[in-house]
Amino acid sequence: MDAIRTDSLTKYYGKRRGIEHIDLTVRQGDFFGFIGPNGAGKSTTIRTLLGLIRPSGGKAQILGLDTIKEREKILARVGYLPSEVSFYPGMRVKDILKLSADLRRRDCGKTSRLLCERLRLDTTRKAEELSFGNRKKTAIVCALQHEPELLILDEPTSGLDPLMQREFFEILRERNQEGTTIFLSSHILSEIQHNCTNAAMIKDGTIIAKGSIAELSRTGAKRVSICGFVDFGSLAGVKDPHSTPGSVDFLYNGNMNALLQTLSKGDIQDITVTEPELEEVFLHYYERGGGGI
Amino acid sequence: MTIVKHELRQGKTAFLIWTAAISFLLMICIFLFPEMRGDMDAMGELFASMGSFTAAFGMDRLNIGTLIGFYAVECGNILGLGGAFFASLAGASILSKEEREKTAEFLLTHPVSRARVVTEKLAALLIQITVMDLMILAFSLLSMRLIGEDIPWKEVMLLHGAYFLLQLESAGACFGISAFLRRSGIGIGIGLSAMMYFLNLIANMTDHGKFLKYITPFGYCEGADIIAEGRLNAGYIAVGILFACVGIAAAYWRYSKKDIH
Repeated sequence: MDAIRTDSLTKYYGKRRGIEHIDLTVRQGDFFGFIGPNGAGKSTTIRTLLGLIRPSGGKAQILGLDTIKEREKILARVGYLPSEVSFYPGMRVKDILKLSADLRRRDCGKTSRLLCERLRLDTTRKAEELSFGNRKKTAIVCALQHEPELLILDEPTSGLDPLMQREFFEILRERNQEGTTIFLSSHILSEIQHNCTNAAMIKDGTIIAKGSIAELSRTGAKRVSICGFVDFGSLAGVKDPHSTPGSVDFLYNGNMNALLQTLSKGDIQDITVTEPELEEVFLHYYERGGGGI
Repeated sequence: MTIVKHELRQGKTAFLIWTAAISFLLMICIFLFPEMRGDMDAMGELFASMGSFTAAFGMDRLNIGTLIGFYAVECGNILGLGGAFFASLAGASILSKEEREKTAEFLLTHPVSRARVVTEKLAALLIQITVMDLMILAFSLLSMRLIGEDIPWKEVMLLHGAYFLLQLESAGACFGISAFLRRSGIGIGIGLSAMMYFLNLIANMTDHGKFLKYITPFGYCEGADIIAEGRLNAGYIAVGILFACVGIAAAYWRYSKKDIH
């Protein structure tokens, strides 16, 4: 059984496109990344999966259950962290966490306390006194305290300082090792690359690439960094070059023999050849709308 | 019951302020009655000479020299308008505030059905209105006792019953509107109540406008009619109950399929 499965999922806001024909499969136990810039349709996809908005076409299943007909059963087994967090004014953090647990008819006190300790969240503060980061932490505890089978996280780290981001991903990795499926939506590629095993890229409401992080990063091109002086002349396949005095850095997808011959004529102190960062692949997808580098 | 309790906690301050304000004004009016009774003959003549204005407030058929006549005119306006404003405001914002304050995403990503949200919010609204009316009634009766007057039980209970129904109708209709709104329902709530109040004044002033009594809930709260007939107008109330039911049904229908942004 898949944790998430969508079949041609489509949402239009009147005539305006939200998402179009999204086909997505997330296996149970996966740490899945959902990449796309603002306005690409990430939040619309998530909101449709959670039943906050009704699809204009297609269908979706979460944990084998229909997202429209069996919404409550799904939500009992899912934890959701929204990108923008708002709470009821006048309530203290501990009351918000209690309300969330009560709505689930669960006693989450022990897990809630552990999470608050790890995230250093003061539960006596009132909602309107909370900084953006502390609102986010409260929402993280709400999403995790009932130990859901699937976590849907929409831009989870915005507002968290680097230390808290590290602790948060540590918690996510632990949960993932215990069997929790994690669906992480983000425009921060390093988050996806360092934590996820599989990912999908969304652009203008449609999925433009999906697969394992290794597959998505594999393009045939290499990132070449050189310390020294080389005259590339008219060498074909050099892209995105960045030169500083005494060094040059570029993407190369041309003939390797031609590159080696050119380099052999130069004065080189050091050379590094690596796979390009996912970010470079991602930027390529958004600039050209797909295809190889 | 979680959402009911949560709503009651969230609405506590507004509830206490409105209940205290209406009760306080009613008590002030009742405490002024013994002092004003002596002047009522002259005031009665003055009111009688004000034509349509007198009819608009039902003072052409009420003797404001008696406690119940005075109570129906003076206190009726306070309880009628105050109660209608509170019920409309609470009804018009109880669903829409979740989207306005962006808390709908929190609430509706928990395993609660939309129907349960509507039902529990409606229950919270009805509890607030019922408790408010009981408290106001208790303060009124206490004030009548304190000024040493005999309590005209039947008329007082009929008047308060009518205003309770008015609040239920206003709340029910505005509850339906609330399900369609994404922003504040405060303007709509106050505007609708004020319009209904003035429609009743127009209906009182002219025979051609009598049909308006079927539209406005203030129609069946007319103190002059209630005291003269010793009962509430079942026809007006039936239409009022219908409006409230339509509002509540619309809320269930709309909220169950509404996109939450």
